Formats: sequence, structure tokens, C-alpha cells
Amino acid sequence: MPAKNSLKTLMVSSAVVSLGGLASGMASADYSDDVVRIGVLTDMSGIYTDLSGEAAVEAVRMAVEDFGGEVNGVPIEVIYGDHRNRADTGASRAREWYDSEGVDMINDLSNSGVALAVAAVADEQQRHAISNSASNIGLTNDYCSPYVTHYTYDAYSLAHGTGKSIVEDGGDTWFFLTVDFAFGIGLEEQVSNVVREAGGQVVGAARHPLDTTDFSSYALQAQASGAEIIGIASTGADAINAINALAEFGVTPDQRPAALLLWYDDIVSLGLETAQGLLLTNAFYWDANEETREFSQRFHERTGRMPNMAQAGNYSSTMHYLNAVEAAGTDDADAVSEQMRQIEINDFFASGGYIRPNGRMVHDQYLWEVKSPDESEYDYDFLRLVKTIPGEEAFQPLEASTCHLLDND
Amino acid sequence: MRTLSFAAIAVVLLALLAVPFVPQLIYSVFVMKMLCFVLFACAFNLLLGHTGILSFGHAAFFGTGAYVTGILVKEYGVPTDLGILAGGLVAAALGTIIGALAIHRSGIYLAMITLALSQLVFFFFLQAPFTGAEDGLQRIPRGTFLGVIDLRNDTALYYVVLGIVGAGLWLVWRTVNSPFGNVLRAIREHEPRAISLGYPVARYKVLVFTISAGLAGIAGSLKAIVFQLAALYDVHWHTSGDVILMTLLGGMNTVFGPAVGAALVSALNHYLDPFGAWVTVIIGLVFMTCVLTFRQGVVGQLNQWFSSRRAPIPSAKGQPRSHAHQQ
Amino acid sequence: MDIFGIPIQALLGQLMLGIVNGSFYAVLSLGLAIIFGVLKIVNFAHGAFFMLGAFAAFLLAQYMGASYWLTLFIAPLAVAVFGMLFEFLFLRRLYGLDPIYGLLLTFSLVLVLEGGFRVAFGSSGQPFATPEQLRGTINLGFMILPIYRGFVIVSALTLCLATWFIIERTSLGASLRAATERSELTQAFGINVPRLITLTYGVGVGLAAFAGVLAAPIFHVNPSMGSSLVIIIFAVVVIGGLGSIMGAIVTGLGLGVVEGFTRVFYSEFSSTIVFLVMVLVLLLRPAGLFGREEG
Repeated sequence: MPAKNSLKTLMVSSAVVSLGGLASGMASADYSDDVVRIGVLTDMSGIYTDLSGEAAVEAVRMAVEDFGGEVNGVPIEVIYGDHRNRADTGASRAREWYDSEGVDMINDLSNSGVALAVAAVADEQQRHAISNSASNIGLTNDYCSPYVTHYTYDAYSLAHGTGKSIVEDGGDTWFFLTVDFAFGIGLEEQVSNVVREAGGQVVGAARHPLDTTDFSSYALQAQASGAEIIGIASTGADAINAINALAEFGVTPDQRPAALLLWYDDIVSLGLETAQGLLLTNAFYWDANEETREFSQRFHERTGRMPNMAQAGNYSSTMHYLNAVEAAGTDDADAVSEQMRQIEINDFFASGGYIRPNGRMVHDQYLWEVKSPDESEYDYDFLRLVKTIPGEEAFQPLEASTCHLLDND
Repeated sequence: MRTLSFAAIAVVLLALLAVPFVPQLIYSVFVMKMLCFVLFACAFNLLLGHTGILSFGHAAFFGTGAYVTGILVKEYGVPTDLGILAGGLVAAALGTIIGALAIHRSGIYLAMITLALSQLVFFFFLQAPFTGAEDGLQRIPRGTFLGVIDLRNDTALYYVVLGIVGAGLWLVWRTVNSPFGNVLRAIREHEPRAISLGYPVARYKVLVFTISAGLAGIAGSLKAIVFQLAALYDVHWHTSGDVILMTLLGGMNTVFGPAVGAALVSALNHYLDPFGAWVTVIIGLVFMTCVLTFRQGVVGQLNQWFSSRRAPIPSAKGQPRSHAHQQ
Repeated sequence: MDIFGIPIQALLGQLMLGIVNGSFYAVLSLGLAIIFGVLKIVNFAHGAFFMLGAFAAFLLAQYMGASYWLTLFIAPLAVAVFGMLFEFLFLRRLYGLDPIYGLLLTFSLVLVLEGGFRVAFGSSGQPFATPEQLRGTINLGFMILPIYRGFVIVSALTLCLATWFIIERTSLGASLRAATERSELTQAFGINVPRLITLTYGVGVGLAAFAGVLAAPIFHVNPSMGSSLVIIIFAVVVIGGLGSIMGAIVTGLGLGVVEGFTRVFYSEFSSTIVFLVMVLVLLLRPAGLFGREEG
């Protein structure tokens, strides 16, 4: 059994595994093992590989390189692992990394089940975890921790971004196509609340199992409902199939689909022909301004794809973490945590962003509309900005958070 | 042969006992996960290898164990040891029900009934409000074992898991090498004859189903405690497929072959990360090679190899089967 | 008029959609049933071949500018050739053994194919346009049906019936059925049984790929598009009765309809209903709806 270790060391690009250096380093040196080690725990081989995957690892590497490869003279190292979309695999990898491989911070964490499990391990082991691609707001509520940061977006910002904006613009009868998963149901409930508060009406919902391919039946149900807006509370293949079916059955454009979690990559695979007119909330779009274009072009050169919001978040959050480590002068988790919550985030990804005590990174979100094929003028020219949603409105108010670090009760 | 097997088992046991002392070589939490699957696969093989019943729904028992233990320990504050026991018992009860329904059919039909029933179990856990659906049942406290051993300590937990899995494997071994096990083999080889000899075959089958399900449930319970979570994947049909794979890779006509298979599959999944997106392809190719070249599984093949070296009599293809049970 | 609070017109619409969905099941389960009948192998890779068909169509259209009609023929053929190669090189080594080994080998193939396509084309999938001539909708009175869905029903059922006819009513089919029952005897009559078997696997795989091409414009083309389909198709074949060609076709259609209605009345259960049906059928009619009782 133990003979398999040559592979393990492969993962650590410059293995500096000193035997006792785990905890003993604290007192003498300011950096554990004399290295700041970042682990990217992501889906390398499953259905989310396009959303995070190798490109997420690359984004983190870019941040490290742009930072200069070292903090206060201490080298920074990036390793990666695959959680296979299984919470237990993710938790066990995270535990191993924190426990015996001296990883200081874990980034990405696509898949909510994995993110929640790793957050629990991070809290227990007192090391940092930053989630960029999971949506579960439990990370900054019941499962919050001083060491866990939820960076790019969450279910609340999606619901309030897309939902609220649409109701305010007059789309006030809704029908939901919801994936029968905690994620989808949660999203549906949140948007429903937003719609009702704004005086709108929810006329119905159909909950379909995960991995449904044939959405024709739901398209008819949506059509029969007569709702102005069809809220699509699913993501990836489910959302794509749903949008396809709505277009095929002529439900759209009379009734307008609103995608509650659509990734940039999903639009690529839908094609503009079908996707045009869709409304979606995303925290980042490559073509938003000069700064985003500069980063995205560099990213494209390395990975062959334009960054989505999670990958941009991977870069930005790594940079922010490293800034905090530099300012703290140590990789001690508590000191870094304090700095992370003090330093303001100003880069291509966020301006005036900051991290709340419950770990929520607050920054502006954007409502986009997908362009029609005629409007699209060059490669990857997909989205038009409809509206900027200020961070304070986009995210759950701090007083509503159930995080135990706040004294809300 | 016998001494060789004992020597091998002793070496493995010593290595397992030493695991917490060599953290730089192998990570004990990973070994715990492996042990859970070892128990799961050996329990499963009571049906496949020893009775000739292919269940394509064993994840139902594994996952039920995990969820039952998780809920009891987390929501109702039941002590961990009792929680694990309850997980095993509920899984065993489910095994009795599914077994009783399934054994009226055989072969592929039986496999499909178990698959279908396990899909219904999956649906139940997907819908049940307490499981958290795809987010999983998180933050199950590890608690203490028998009120004294603090399981939050990885090393303590490791030995407890090792002990329970060891006891489970012993039970599997005892079952196989008992008069009951002989009847099971008789059913596998020639069911009508077993019936005509007057054995209550149906009752025997339900019983072995129950034992197998109960042990699979314990394996799931242990995993829930080790990782402090129970997830939908544990009841998903993929997990049912995984355990078949482990068993076949290790060798279904041996008692501990599935254990080797489980260790192998866990290790593949754990150590292939550097290959990134290629990992699925590589695992697929490994399985393909295994099924084409050593069909009797790793342990089955080793057995055959050793026995053909010991006894110069040309061994027939089917022979390893009869050898295996004596180990 | 309402049934359970739903207008009968809407139910007719759902029935129609159920038949469309069932057409896919029919083609897929027909292929699986043929393979099982002759090779006695549970072809776990059936969903992967379905995916392969869709991707072959995508690649042909994308890189060679092939028209949809051409891909409808070439893609299944190409996938069938690949399938026959797989049978010839690997699968045939497992004949006569416990069927579980065939299952394991085809399962490994799924890992290789799905993993490989994910490496090559990413996980989020590719757009595939509906052919020009089949765009638009027709008004059936009780519903608006996209023309393409109508085309799916017609072409799928034509293919199913043609396959059924060849197997049940022609001399090629006769020797095939003979090879299934008494392989050695058939060989003695001068029929090349191994070649017949390879051909059968090719036909089964080709059917799956054909369903994939049909699916490409309406379902999302991505590497995992067939992975959750495969156990449903298993269930369809078992419910129909293993070895029954007509059983597979009729059950495929029927379950498509049942699933469709479940989507209206208890949507969450729609991907599980087929398994409930399977349990009930197997407990009440052990050999499936159209199968012969085992001797």
C-alpha cells in the first residue's frame, strides 16, 4: 500500500516536506514550513471541469506569478487536487492537505456539497478556504468560520440580482423550472420571495429531477402558465436543455426566460441563436472594461478560453489572500484572516470590495443580457450590461445572517 | 498455501497497525476511507462470490447506514457507537425486505430488481428533508466511542475503525467458513440440488442478504463518522457499481480478494490526481486491462499462480475457485 | 373537460411529447435488446455510444460541413464500425463467461469514452443547430409541435420497425435467431457465427448512435449526455422482456408516455417512475411484459 507515494510527491512541484516542520515552525519562523502553500481543490474530471477545472488552477498560478512568486521572501507554491464532486473525497483531500502537507489556503471548491464539507474541515483545522464557484449561502450563515471566505457570488446574489431587477422592470408574473435539488429549490424560494415582496406573483413551478434531458413537457407547462417570466433555477446541462426546449416550443420570446445561474461557458455551448435575450446575473464578464480585457486576454493565451466569474474570482481571491499574508507578515491563519477582512479589494474583479465578518466578500454584481448573433461583433462578444447591482443590495444583509460569529440574535 | 495466506494477512495487519505512525508515508484518514470500502466490498461479496447473487443496489444499504448514523448522532445526540450499530441494523432490516423481494428471481432479473429498489431508496433520501439533498448531511459530530475514546483524535478514530472493520471481516470469514457458508456455496453451484437436499434455500438467501446489507450499512456508518458527512453519492447507483468493480478486481471467488480490490480502487482514485482531466480515462483503461488479462481478480490470480507452483498437476481453469475457500 | 384538474387538451399534448421521448427509448432499448439477445452481454456502454453518435454528428457538421441528412447516415455507421472493432478486439474474449465481465468491460469503455471526450471537448457541451428544413412548428389543434419532434417520431419508429422486420422476417434474421439459440449447430450449417455476432453488436451500437444524432439538435451535446440514460434503458429492456424485440420497442414508447405524465402529476418522481414500474412488472410477470417464461 504505502509504495504508491512517488505519485503523491509529483503533486508537490517542489517538495519541501520537512518532517517536524508542521506546527513547530510557528514560534521560530513566521511562515509554516517556510513556504506559503495554496491548494486548488476543484473538479478536474467531471461535469464542472469547464467552470473551474484546470483553468481554475491556472488562474491561481497566474495570481501567484503576478504577485512575484514569493511573499516577504518566502516562496509560494500551488498544488491541485480533484474532488470528483464527492463531498467525502473533497473533505478527505482537504484534511490531508491541511494536516500533513502544510497547505495554508484552499481555493475554488466548486460544488456546494464539497464546499460545505471543506469549510467544516477548514474551521476545525484553522486554515483558510475560499469558495469561488459554489453557491450555497450556508457558507456565510450556519457554516460560517473566520477562515472561510465566500468570494465571487452566492445564491442570494443570483436571486436578488436577476429576480429583483426583472420585477422592477415590470416582469411580475413568474413560473419556475426548478431542478429538484437543494440548490434549485433554495433559489426558487428566494426569488419567489423577492417577486412577492416587489408586488409580483408566482403562478407556478415544475420541479424536474437532475439530469433531465427532455424538457418539452416543462416547456408546455410553462407555456400554459401564461407567466411573463420563466425563471430557470438550475445550471449547466439542465439549464441549457431547458432553454433549448423553451425556444424550440416557441415559448420564448413571448415569455421571457431568466436564467438564475447561467455561466459564461453555458452561453458558449448554447450558442447565441438560442441564448439571445436571456437575462443573467454574473459577477464578472471578460469584456466589461479595459482591466477585465487585459486580464482575460492573458488568461486566454494560457488556457485557450475566456475566464468565467469563478476563474476570475480564483485569481482575485488568491491575490487578496497573498496581500493579506504580506501585510500580516505571517501565514498564521488568524492574522491573515484579520488582514483579509481589513484590506479593501480593488482590482479588475472588484472595486471597493470588502470581506464581512461572516466571510462574505461584498462587491458589485451585474445583470447582463445575451446579445443576438447580429449584435455580436467579434469572438466571445456575448453579453451586454443591463444594470449594475451595488454590493450592499446584491448580498444578504449582514443582520440577516445566522453566522455564529455575529451577535445577531 | 495456508501458511502463506496467514503470513500475508499478518503482514497487512502489521502494516495497518503502523499507519498512524508514518503520516509522511500514508495519510490515516485516507486509510480509514479505504477500510470502509474494504468492509463494504467483502460484505457485498457474500452475495456475489459466495452465493452467486448479483445485487446491483448495494449502495442503498451503504447509504442508509451513513444517513441513519448521521441523523441519529447529529440530530438526536445518540452516542456514536450506538449510532453505528443502529445504522447497521436499519440497513440489515432494509436488506431483509429487499432480499425477500429480490430472491424470487435470479440472474439479471434479480440484479435489476435490486437496482430498481435502490433507486426508490435513493429517491427517498433525495426527498427527505433531513438529508440536505446534494449538500449532504454535514457536520456530524464524531463524539466518543464507548464513552471514553475521543474520536475527534484521528489516531483514536483510526484504531476504532480498524477494529470494527476487522470484526466485520472476521464475521464475513466465519460466515463463509461455516456450515451456513457451505450451503450458500451449494446454492451457488447448483440451486435445485440444494433445494432437493431439503435446505430452506429462500430463507438462507434472505439471511445472507441481511448479513451482507447489515455489514454494508456499518461500512457506510463508519464513513459518515470518519468524514462527518453523509452524501447522496453514498446511495447513488454509481456506488453500487463501484462495489461490483472492487469485488471483481480483487477476485470474487476469494474471501479477502474484494478487500484488495477496494484498496486498489481507492488508491487509484486518490493518487491519480496529478493527471488532472485524464484520470477517468486512465482508470477506465486499468479496469479494461484487468478484466481482459486477470479475470479472476488480483487475489484470484495470485492464488492460481501459487497453487500451480505448489502442485505441478496442470490446474484446470476453474480450479482456483475450489482452492480459494480454504484460505 | 379536466382530468385531475388538467385540461384534456394539455394531456393530449403531454401524450404526444411522451411518444417523442419514448421514440428515443425505443431506438435505444431496441439496440440494447438485440445485443443482449445475441451476445448475452449487458452493454453498459450503450449510453456512451449514444453520446458518441451525437458527437460524431457534431464533428461531421463542424469540421467537414456535412449536412444533417448525411450525418444521419454516416455518424451511426462510423460509431457502428468503432463498436464492431471493440467487439472484435476485446469483447469477444469474454463470451461464455459470467455476463458480469461483459458489464465490467463495457463500463470501463464508458469511463474511457466519457473521460476522453471531456478532455477533448470540455464538459459544458456544444451547440448543434436543428436542420433548416425541420425548423418551425405545426399546430396540431391541441398543441404546437416543433416539426423536428415530429420527425423524431417518424424516423425512430421507421427504423425500429425495419429492424424488427429484418430480424423476425428475413433469412438473415433467421440465421441470427438460430445463432442465438444454438450457436454450434448454426456454425455447422456453414454460417459464420462470429461474424454474425460482430455484425449484431454493430447494429445495436449503430442504433444507439442513431438515437444520438436524432438527439443532437434538441438535447444538449455533451460528454455525459448518455450516462444517466443507460440504467433507464436497462429497465425498459427488462420490463419489455429480455430477448423480445417488439417488447423493447413497445415498452420504450409506453414508458416515454408514462414518464411524460409523471412530469405533469409528480414531476420529481419522473426519473424514478420507470424503476417502480420495473419492480412491479418483475414481481407480477417475471419474464417481463413480452418475454417468454424461462424454462
